[in-house]
Amino acid sequence: MENLNVYAAKMAPQQEFLAGGHRACQGCAELLAARLVAKTLGHDYIIANATGCLEIVTSSYPHSAWEVPWIHVAFENAAAVASGVEAAVKILQKKGKYPVDRKITILAQAGDGGTVDIGLQALSGALERGHDMIYICYDNEAYMNTGVQRSSSTPYGATTTTSPAGAADPLGQHTMKKNIVEIAAAHNIPYVATASPSYPFDLMEKVKKASETPGPAYIHCFVPCPTGWRMAPNLAVSIGRIAAESKVFPLYEVVNGEYRMTVTHKKHRPVIDYLKPQGRFRHLNEDNIAEIQQQVDKSYERLLKKVKMSSTELD
Amino acid sequence: MAKRVGIEVSLAISEAVKLAKVDAVAAYPITPQTHIVEHLSELVAEGELDAAFIPVESEHSAMSVCAGTSAAGARTYTATSSQGLALMNEILFIIPALRLPVVMTIANRALSGPISIWNDHSDIMSVRDTGWIAIFVENGQEAFDLTLQSFKIAEDHRVLLPISVNLDGFTLSHVIEPHEFLDQDEVDRFLPEYKPAVQLNPDDPVSMGTVGVPEIYAEAKKCQDEVLKGSIKVVKEVFAEFAEMFGREYKVVETYRAEGAETLLMTMGSVSETAMEAIDKMQEAGRKVGLIRLRLWRPFPADDLRAEMGSVKTLAVIDRAVSFGGAGGPVAGEVRSALYNVDDSPYIASFIAGLGGRDITVDDFIEMVDQAEAMAKVNEIHEYKMIGVRE
Amino acid sequence: MTKKYNEKAWHEYELGFMVSRPGCSAEYRTGDWRSQQPQTNKEKCIKCGVCYLVCPEGAIVLAADGTYDFDLEHCKGCGICATECWTGCISMVEEGE
Ligand SMILES: Cc1ncc(C[n+]2csc(CCOP(=O)(O)OP(=O)(O)O)c2C)c(N)n1
Ligand code: SF4
Ligand code: SF4
Ligand code: SF4
Ligand SMILES: [Mg+2]
Repeated sequence: MENLNVYAAKMAPQQEFLAGGHRACQGCAELLAARLVAKTLGHDYIIANATGCLEIVTSSYPHSAWEVPWIHVAFENAAAVASGVEAAVKILQKKGKYPVDRKITILAQAGDGGTVDIGLQALSGALERGHDMIYICYDNEAYMNTGVQRSSSTPYGATTTTSPAGAADPLGQHTMKKNIVEIAAAHNIPYVATASPSYPFDLMEKVKKASETPGPAYIHCFVPCPTGWRMAPNLAVSIGRIAAESKVFPLYEVVNGEYRMTVTHKKHRPVIDYLKPQGRFRHLNEDNIAEIQQQVDKSYERLLKKVKMSSTELD
Repeated sequence: MAKRVGIEVSLAISEAVKLAKVDAVAAYPITPQTHIVEHLSELVAEGELDAAFIPVESEHSAMSVCAGTSAAGARTYTATSSQGLALMNEILFIIPALRLPVVMTIANRALSGPISIWNDHSDIMSVRDTGWIAIFVENGQEAFDLTLQSFKIAEDHRVLLPISVNLDGFTLSHVIEPHEFLDQDEVDRFLPEYKPAVQLNPDDPVSMGTVGVPEIYAEAKKCQDEVLKGSIKVVKEVFAEFAEMFGREYKVVETYRAEGAETLLMTMGSVSETAMEAIDKMQEAGRKVGLIRLRLWRPFPADDLRAEMGSVKTLAVIDRAVSFGGAGGPVAGEVRSALYNVDDSPYIASFIAGLGGRDITVDDFIEMVDQAEAMAKVNEIHEYKMIGVRE
Repeated sequence: MTKKYNEKAWHEYELGFMVSRPGCSAEYRTGDWRSQQPQTNKEKCIKCGVCYLVCPEGAIVLAADGTYDFDLEHCKGCGICATECWTGCISMVEEGE
């Protein structure tokens, strides 16, 4: 756990807005993250959900795990549906025609495929138009719901069902993860952050900030998937911690263009600690791992530069 | 009091949308629909219409935004054509399944390729089975009147389905015509504020769009189909109420000089004006020819169509789209199905004409009647014939 | 008698086949998926609540004495709570033992 007051967990909001009985696999961090997000946002919010694991496992007729208003339309359009909900609630409240006059938070949520690939255009449109909403991408680094196909968020070297490591091509995924966080930030929106349920307070704090920020906010949430990553389910939270400690998935935020690390580590672990427990990286050789280490170091350096630039600008 | 205004038909539609006091408009430009949403954005900017105007980044998002606004309880409108409609396709199916009463104008235009901005019906025919109510208009007044009536039909709690109002791109959308406009208080009396049956609301949370497991999927589709078929009753009620209030009458199937006709031409949309000329000319020459027009395309008004078949021996159906390799033009195929088991049903000739902006002239109509009658005489078995194409 | 969802006629469902009972998935038992179940040595528990926070099922509930109990209707036996517990007081034991 985080280096926080041990009893902090008791301070978290106790009410659940995502009920049990959902059909996610054992140890699904996507559902853990969604549960924490739901807790943080409480009662007054509306969800537009993309097709994907989160949608399927929480809404199998006749059941719904959602305690808040929730709509699913299609795979690539959560940002557009949320745009509509936001615009409608705003105008209906203004005209005195909406049944609730409190502030309603609008949340779009989607997987990495639904965000970084097929949903990128709708996301970009919604961010650019400036709707007052939060968009959360639950990144489990592949199309899990359809059986672990690669997405452009799948990391270099991971084997998936459409980037398999084989005799002729032993690497697996050849490309590096698309940097969607930078893409979101390039829309000049007020709040962008990375997060992970392995750091629940950091995640909840960011969700809270995002909901309090007027205008669009984008949160990219790292959600280990035991099924797709071929990993023991009990490791779903600890692996996210190792991802942060090894610089693979650093936790930071971009507030009005200013970068800030929100979780830092005095010492970093080597990427091998992160790769080892996961079956999807088992085929990698030493050279591959050295290559990944280099990539990770380099992107972390680049991030630190942005953080540094941001703090000097603040001076 | 109602006033007479000479205005471009697209703009008359925007004015009707304004009078309907819509809450939300999703807009994406595509010719020949663009004037409608341009004018709406102007009305919003001038403060004449208090609505959320959402200038989306694609038609896929336009329809997705409409899903969101409508589900949140907003009276929702959008407009498109051709490629834009095709890009919406995926979401078009989901809107009626969620029972969202979105109203959309389609300025009908040919589908690419080759890319064409000109008019035919290939766009609307390609979305026939999406579950929307589909209405055709023939002139500006009808476009204005039926846009207003569409909100009332769609939002009726016995219906709660989306509607498309189809008008021919350019040939109707871009012409200036005189319109009888209605005043705001007249419209308010006819079309009260939208009261959603359900809306996304934290004090009464619902989950919309859950997974259709096999135990319920067929019931979901059956329900959608029954509600769509049943909506014809509401369509007729609304037409009647409108006629009662404003004196302009609409019917789901309309005829022109069809009494005693042995041959009927069947059209949809604005070509009927030329078709009427052709009918006049042929009747002057003593021929027993009339015109029948489908105003309502979905739900298909089969009973009303059958009721008009009295003395008819030959029916020449004109399609403005191709069902490639099919057994008839899209409309003719439906008409044949609807009349097949009827005693003494007429011979049905299927013609395809007016593709991608190709004119259908008075002579073309006469030629189709000639051909249809000749084919009927020998009971010629055919799928469809293309008219006005160089061979 | 109210009909089950798979017995109703097409016209007996809610508008648009929505689900209007919030959180009703709780009726669905996922406890059967388990092969191992968590057990707490309550003597060693420091009542920190970490286990509660990290359960993907929300299947860990606060007990009157400040420790936590497991909702075995929903606990899928993933073992995250046991791995994350600070004091190591949760152990996973074979189901049915
Ligand atoms: C237009 C469209 N294309 C493809 C699909 C099939 N599909 C449904 S969910 C999914 C994968 C979802 O992946 P992701 O967004 O990463 O979410 P995850 O399931 O991994 O949480 C795919 C490919 C679809 N439903 N719609
Ligand atoms: S496949 Fe992965 S993301 Fe999907 S439910 Fe299972 S663990 Fe969760
Ligand atoms: S084993 Fe998993 S599901 Fe069960 S209580 Fe622990 S964390 Fe929750
Ligand atoms: S994590 Fe361990 S110590 Fe903390 S409350 Fe849970 S069982 Fe007790
Ligand atoms: Mg994914």
